[in-house]
Amino acid sequence: MDILTLFVVIPVLTITGIILVKDTRQVKLVSAVGMGLQLIMAGVLLFLYISARHAGDTAEMMFVKDVVWFSSLNIHYTVGVDGISVAMICLTALVVFAGIFASWEVEFLRKEFFISLILLSAGVFGFFISIDLFTMFLFYELAVIPMYILIGIWGSGPKEYAAMKLTLMLMGASALILVGILGIYFNSAPGGGQLTFNILEISKVTIPMSAQRMFFPLTFVGFGVLGALFPFHTWSPDGHSSAPTAVSMLHAGVLMKLGGYGAFRVAIFLMPEAAKELSWIFIILTSISVVYGAFGAIVQKDLKYINAYSSVSHCGLVLFAILMMNQTAMTGAIIQMISHGLMTALFFALIGMIYGRTHTRMINEMGGLMKVIPFLSVCYVIAGLASLGLPGFSGFVAEMTIFVGAFQHPEMFYRIVTIVAASSIVITAVYILRVIAILLLGPVNNEHHEHLTDAKWFEKVSVITLICFIALIGLAPFGLSSMIGSSLQPIVTKILALNPF
Amino acid sequence: MSLGTFLELRQELLLIAAALLVLIAEIFSDTDKKRNTSRLSVILLGIVTIAGFFPVPSGELFGGMYITSGVRVLMKNILNIGALLVFIQSVTWVKKEEHNDKASEYFLLLISTLVGMDFMISAGHFIMFYIGLELATIPVAALAAFDRYTNKSAEAGIKLILSSSLSSAILLYGLSMIYGTTGSLYFSAIAPLVSGSNIQILGFIFFFSGMAFKISIVPFHLWTADVYEGAPVSITSYLSVISKGAAVFTLIIILFTVFPVIIGTWQKTIYITSILTMTIGNLFAIRQQNLKRFLAFSSISQAGYILLGFMGGNQLGMATVIYYVLIYIFSNLGAFGVVTAISNATGKENMDDYNGLYHTNPKLSLVMMLSLFSLAGIPPVAGFFGKFFLFAAAAQQGFYLLVIIAVLNTIIALYYYLLVMKAMFINKSETPIEYFKSDFSTRIALGICVAGVVVTGFASVIFEMIRDLSFGI
Repeated sequence: MDILTLFVVIPVLTITGIILVKDTRQVKLVSAVGMGLQLIMAGVLLFLYISARHAGDTAEMMFVKDVVWFSSLNIHYTVGVDGISVAMICLTALVVFAGIFASWEVEFLRKEFFISLILLSAGVFGFFISIDLFTMFLFYELAVIPMYILIGIWGSGPKEYAAMKLTLMLMGASALILVGILGIYFNSAPGGGQLTFNILEISKVTIPMSAQRMFFPLTFVGFGVLGALFPFHTWSPDGHSSAPTAVSMLHAGVLMKLGGYGAFRVAIFLMPEAAKELSWIFIILTSISVVYGAFGAIVQKDLKYINAYSSVSHCGLVLFAILMMNQTAMTGAIIQMISHGLMTALFFALIGMIYGRTHTRMINEMGGLMKVIPFLSVCYVIAGLASLGLPGFSGFVAEMTIFVGAFQHPEMFYRIVTIVAASSIVITAVYILRVIAILLLGPVNNEHHEHLTDAKWFEKVSVITLICFIALIGLAPFGLSSMIGSSLQPIVTKILALNPF
Repeated sequence: MSLGTFLELRQELLLIAAALLVLIAEIFSDTDKKRNTSRLSVILLGIVTIAGFFPVPSGELFGGMYITSGVRVLMKNILNIGALLVFIQSVTWVKKEEHNDKASEYFLLLISTLVGMDFMISAGHFIMFYIGLELATIPVAALAAFDRYTNKSAEAGIKLILSSSLSSAILLYGLSMIYGTTGSLYFSAIAPLVSGSNIQILGFIFFFSGMAFKISIVPFHLWTADVYEGAPVSITSYLSVISKGAAVFTLIIILFTVFPVIIGTWQKTIYITSILTMTIGNLFAIRQQNLKRFLAFSSISQAGYILLGFMGGNQLGMATVIYYVLIYIFSNLGAFGVVTAISNATGKENMDDYNGLYHTNPKLSLVMMLSLFSLAGIPPVAGFFGKFFLFAAAAQQGFYLLVIIAVLNTIIALYYYLLVMKAMFINKSETPIEYFKSDFSTRIALGICVAGVVVTGFASVIFEMIRDLSFGI
């Protein structure tokens, strides 16, 4: 068995283990061991990838494994990774690992909770390793559907409404993607010959322009819904705020990145001509996401809503940067995905922990938490500073790269839009600092909150893991950006060759 | 008749022999032991099903009235598997006190409908086709009225027989026009003479409407919900899966072999009717509280998706249709199996009764979940693969708008399937359905359904086999 398939097999084995154990206490242990193993595997993969690149392997995708599945439609199970997917896999492994510890105290139907959570992660891992559109789509849907159960059963607030809204919107998006994929497939051999679902092979041909004009918007919007593209972002605040902690972490941290990754890998990579022609429409929509999401976060009172809107803003920035279609901006987009994934997972973990103690998420019902739970509060400040792009954390590197790249675009329209989008940095600072001021500083204004206990060991594991990696990317971004950059090279070359700026 | 003739006809002959054996067994069994005939029927149908898988020569019999080929044998096998599942599921129900005296009639009538379906599929002549169609329909009407002392069941029987005779009349009228323009009723003789003249188009439309009644395609679906609700659950599942599957198989064979010339006409017809069928089936399903009615409307919308596979008119199209029917048999019978089990144990059939089912009967809920996910087309269960291929078959011919409408319909469908999920997993109930232990036969049937739902998708060999046997225009 090849190393990439293991990323799907380990979750499946973990699920089997969870089903087999009798004691619900062991469920946590099995999940932690399984996902810990997955994290180690991600590290091994990263190491193998870097050493292979140093050894001079220049293949576009590495560790490729190809098995024919449905031969009459030329559907294969094909997996392979480049630097971008390796980075995403590491991110997923980290967030899932942290998520397991953040949900250490789930009591109700514990077995089912961990099974759904790990099933979701299996879908995400499968998505990132696939280079066959059919398999990719299969894993995408596999990642979406457990959300319904996770939010519906273990959520809070209007959970049934939120779960239904989220599931239907995301499945609606996948319906668009399905049509897009079929369209790409039936146009993948314009000169005659074998039709294919393989991304690498499709990227070698030019899909006819008439088909591109039809299927690029479908595919981009389809993936864009998951990446919170305005006006299809409305599932995100409701879904994130109703979901249990680990699910919010995983969803905002990883699942939303499926949108950015898919828009990049399928929509832009396979149909660059239409992307260039139509990018102005989506640039406008994404800049609305960026600015509107940030303004939305300012007026919210619920911690999870604040963070959900901030996710809309940050993920909008990912799509925004991808559409600029140059090396720097795209590198920034990928770093932003990783950085936002870690940051938002940290945020949601902390919010979950604070909520578990104070039993409220309304910021005006809390105050002065710094005095009672200093560890969690300091971590919250760190997450906030990372989110508003303070140098030294990953957010700064990502946003800096994105805006520098976006401003390189030669056309005036794109530069103006970049300036508009860049204003979100200021707005972000407003809502982050506002929350920190109200929530953490000042006197303790609620007597029930005077005797809270600080983080337990498993919560510290979860939080510290995430902070370490945020700081690591912020302080030493070059390893990551060179890994991404070299993998972007063939893609950007393809775009530039077709559309010299 | 030579031995070879027997071999080619073996599925029909074995079924007739099985029916006769059940009849004889009924005479010789005591009144108390009548349920033995149910076990016997299951075993006999099992033997027929297995016998169907042995390879036999293809060919024509009775001067071209009867045609057999690989794909036809496959279709019959699929129907046999489905019927076997229905048989196993209904053993418990037939054992009940009030049905026990009619046990052998129940199985006898079902076997004779299967004979009818087999002749329908193998027909090479419109009269043969028509006889098969009637043989496949009339016994089901008797079965729908099985609980003849309950008003709803009697109503279902009457509704089914009236509407199906009306549709048969329309169908025959259409056939008479075809006969008038071509002078023959042999498929092989008609095909080259179909030119698309106005009267032929009219005849075709009448023929299609007659078939649309059987498949319950909108706007010929109005009988469906009432009949499905009134009839006993096992008959409802039989009607919604086996009868529908047989009609779909026959329709695709006749469209591909008799009417290939007017493909433009029937593509337009199917384009419109499939959109109507999906959309209306889905919209009505949302409002249903009774799970039998719910599944009835869901099965109407499923027929709409199946029609997408017709659009291609090629080998891929036929393969996807057969493949989807196979998956549909497993998933719909899985869902109906759970409804039957719960209805037998508690008599409850409403969605509200299912609140909190997962906490009392987790296994049944999981079977229901897998079946509904398969119907909705969610991976990794088989429905996903089936739907994907159906959509691919339509997209291959460039009907992207149709595919978009179809995928949007799957979202509506997902909504109401999730409502059932919500009732079972999320809602809480003061009086949930108590835990009960299903009997052996129910568990076997549900086990086969779950295995089918899980394996049919991943095992690409099944699809490839179906595709190799299928043919295009």
